[in-house]
Amino acid sequence: MADGGVATLPRAVAPGGASLKRFARRRSTIAFLMTLPLIVVIGGLVAWPAGYAMYLSTLNRRMTSFIGLGNFEILLDSETFRMVIFQSMFFAITAVILKAGIGFWLAHMLHHIPAKGQRKWRGMLLVPWVIPPALSTLGWWWMFEPTYSSINWILNIFAVPSVPWLGEPWWARTSVIIVNVWYGAPFFMIMYLAALKSVPEQLYEAAQIDGATSWQRLRYVTLPMMANIISITVLFSLIVTFANYDIVRVLTNGGPRDLTHVFASYAFQVGILAGNIPRGAAVSLFMFPILAIIAFFVLRGVNRRNREEA
Amino acid sequence: MSATTVPVRQGIYHKAGSLRRERRWALITAYISLIVAAIIMLAPPVYMLLTSLKTSAEVADQSGSPWWVRDPTLENYSALLTNRMFIDFFLNSAKVTILVVAITMVISVLAAFALGRMRFWGSQMLATGVFLTYLVPDTLLFIPLYQIVGGLGLLDSAWGLVLVYPTLTVPFCTWIMIGYFASIPKELDEAALIDGANWMQMLWKIFIPVALPGIIAATIFAFTVSWAAFVYPTAFITTPSEMPMTIGVVSQLIRGDTFAWGQLMAGALLAALPPVVIYAFLMDYYIAGLTAGATKG
Amino acid sequence: MAEVSLRKIVKAYEGDVQAVKGIDLEIADHEFVVLVGPSGCGKSTTLRMIAGLEEITSGDIAIGGTVVNDIPPRDRDIAMVFQNYALYPHMSVYDNMAFGLTLRKFPKAEIDKRVTEAARILDITPLLARKPKALSGGQRQRVAMGRAIVRDPKVFLFDEPLSNLDAKLRVQMRTEIKKVHQTVNTTTIYVTHDQVEAMTLADRVVVMNHGIIEQVGPPQELYHHPATRFVAGFIGSPAMNFIPAKLEEASGALRVVLSNGTTLDVPEARTARYRAHAGKPVLFGIRPEHLTDDKPTDKTNPAPMILTPEVIEPMGMETLAHFKLDGAEISARLDPATPASVGQPLRLIAHMDQMHLIDPSNDKVL
Repeated sequence: MADGGVATLPRAVAPGGASLKRFARRRSTIAFLMTLPLIVVIGGLVAWPAGYAMYLSTLNRRMTSFIGLGNFEILLDSETFRMVIFQSMFFAITAVILKAGIGFWLAHMLHHIPAKGQRKWRGMLLVPWVIPPALSTLGWWWMFEPTYSSINWILNIFAVPSVPWLGEPWWARTSVIIVNVWYGAPFFMIMYLAALKSVPEQLYEAAQIDGATSWQRLRYVTLPMMANIISITVLFSLIVTFANYDIVRVLTNGGPRDLTHVFASYAFQVGILAGNIPRGAAVSLFMFPILAIIAFFVLRGVNRRNREEA
Repeated sequence: MSATTVPVRQGIYHKAGSLRRERRWALITAYISLIVAAIIMLAPPVYMLLTSLKTSAEVADQSGSPWWVRDPTLENYSALLTNRMFIDFFLNSAKVTILVVAITMVISVLAAFALGRMRFWGSQMLATGVFLTYLVPDTLLFIPLYQIVGGLGLLDSAWGLVLVYPTLTVPFCTWIMIGYFASIPKELDEAALIDGANWMQMLWKIFIPVALPGIIAATIFAFTVSWAAFVYPTAFITTPSEMPMTIGVVSQLIRGDTFAWGQLMAGALLAALPPVVIYAFLMDYYIAGLTAGATKG
Repeated sequence: MAEVSLRKIVKAYEGDVQAVKGIDLEIADHEFVVLVGPSGCGKSTTLRMIAGLEEITSGDIAIGGTVVNDIPPRDRDIAMVFQNYALYPHMSVYDNMAFGLTLRKFPKAEIDKRVTEAARILDITPLLARKPKALSGGQRQRVAMGRAIVRDPKVFLFDEPLSNLDAKLRVQMRTEIKKVHQTVNTTTIYVTHDQVEAMTLADRVVVMNHGIIEQVGPPQELYHHPATRFVAGFIGSPAMNFIPAKLEEASGALRVVLSNGTTLDVPEARTARYRAHAGKPVLFGIRPEHLTDDKPTDKTNPAPMILTPEVIEPMGMETLAHFKLDGAEISARLDPATPASVGQPLRLIAHMDQMHLIDPSNDKVL
């Protein structure tokens, strides 16, 4: 093939019609087919219902006529619903701060004990996260039960008077938060423990040589290294906690006097139990802007994290 | 060799505490915190277990410590296990969960492979969409879904749950599978391409076996989420015979004003058993799946 | 077994970035060709285009006389060894090697025969049942080669296969690769950034830079007759010294006047070649091994230079000395017994028969 040139060479006819260009095009087709079920799930069972909810919320009770923002106006005028907004915020913010704080503390403690025992402790401490919350809340409900409360029994031993856990509004709110923190703190602990383990040991050693105390190491090494994961977990947990239903439903069912309702349980009450679907949809849609804002920040955090790792 | 000895400068050393004492205190603090935490974390399930072993009479008797069982009995458990309704709850849960796990894994493994490895128009946007969907809580969607499922005539049927549960599981499972697939080096698929594999063979013979830990983690996640799902069954199911465990125990075992506490706790524990057993045996995968969302995403 | 030819191969990425700018290359059957160049020179892209892992933007690639531009990798009948080996972690060594044949539906007995034979050639028979995780770097490298050998392809492609190994193992595996090539004699295209690998392995070396081929030739030719300043500087270690100079003619003889005033006579044999450039600025190139200390026994002493060492590095079999000459870094290979010391002016001789002159206007070697 001295100078005959490639031009005169036989061109390979791609076997099975699989030319490289067609190969690439076929790849796109196959890829699209592979993602089709996912697109159907996201589109049909998430995006469409979300849009449908918006439509529903503009109808009257019997879903016969369009009333615009009427449902939202009625809700905002109602004392009960304003209480729901307050309670949802109060519940989510308090619970998330406590979960994150306790989780961080426990992760830190777990990180400090010899590696051999960590698995065992981690296994025990994660148990609350593993039990379906609706079921473990039943146990808490029984522990809070006014007459038989086993928690009050222990308090009484220490000469603390019995607490009306679920009977009095502020105690009921506290109870809901306690159960949520009990359920969610282990999750934070696991996340933070994983993040702690990913901080290179040499950074601590370098900081130690530079003369940092253990507090300073936490402040100047651990926290900055974990800032991103902390914000992602906190924001993520805000969403989940804000939208929580199980615990309120089982523990107080909104009582006493509708004072412990959060958006989800109130939407359920109004939409399903009382049969006012449009207004129920409007209640849950109130979550949407708040969730969207949080989601925006989560996504930003995740993208930033990906960029750092890339 | 100079003979002058350097004077020992104790100045800065005596200010600092003893290294050993500092370490010991840190360890003691750690253990105390962990013990207190463990007691609090384990108290509710332990108390549930104690209650479930008591007779109704003992539960009602307030003379002794509620944290002790004088007369352990299994009658609550045997009553439940011979109760047709309770068995139905279990079977419903099992049926729904197994189907949902299978559907979820097929959808998310295929999608994650396509999104992670076969760049195509819009794949980046779709991946972001998957993540956003994961952030949409079920409590935002249950009312429109109630209408939609009702429109399909699937209210009050376990099939309705099989239809909607994937919204809980697919986004997260896809998300973590994208992460697991992304950690497989690019050269591995190129080697497979040169070795003559087509896309399906590459996925089936290379990606799935190599990402097996991720597959297990995602399966566990899908299982626990579908088993524990509460909002959708509470909204959609009102007939006891179609109820899965969670809502069945919560709604059907509580009857009247005199609660059969022992039986209720036994039911709750039995219902919680499958996820707990999986956790006990596959803890490392379970935790890997939990943290994958954060460390890989 | 086949020859490979590249005709005007261009690879352009989005935004008109050209990674490969129209290269031509003919590789003969059974030949071992090494593509060498700094990172980003387009050598890996070229290899990946031959493999079919990258689409070519324009041009033709032919393997065994057939244009394969449009053929997917699996139908090109090539095998490739990757830098990180790309062994399938969940398969045993045997299965890794057999995978390509299994997918091509070879009969079991044939697969077994080929794998056993390849394992024998590579001396990895005892490892066949192991998983890649249980292998050392060198063993993984052998398995990756075995995977290529069993396929008995038209062409072997190697993409920096030794970069992940430590220095000692690299030398050992280099010999191994050469031996394997002598045994199986398959056309081989090998990409590396390491010029020593290129020199030791190749029948012909292709030096690439910025997406073009600077020079193609057997290793010795590249060393003695580099075509461009880039090749002159890239081949050889430590790199060739370049000193700004002027070529002057005086009574028919040529001489090089370095920037510090040192005058060196150009050997007569080169006069005709350089005459056209007399009076112009040039770059005087001389390899460190051709800049040695002035031995007292050497009476002729054709071209003495006096320089003051800044750093002296004894290496055992030789001693490297580094100098500065008007900003240019110069190094010389001295006898280990040299009396040279830092700060003391040292008399060196330049072996002018090994000199090079480079036209600074186009970086071509004259």
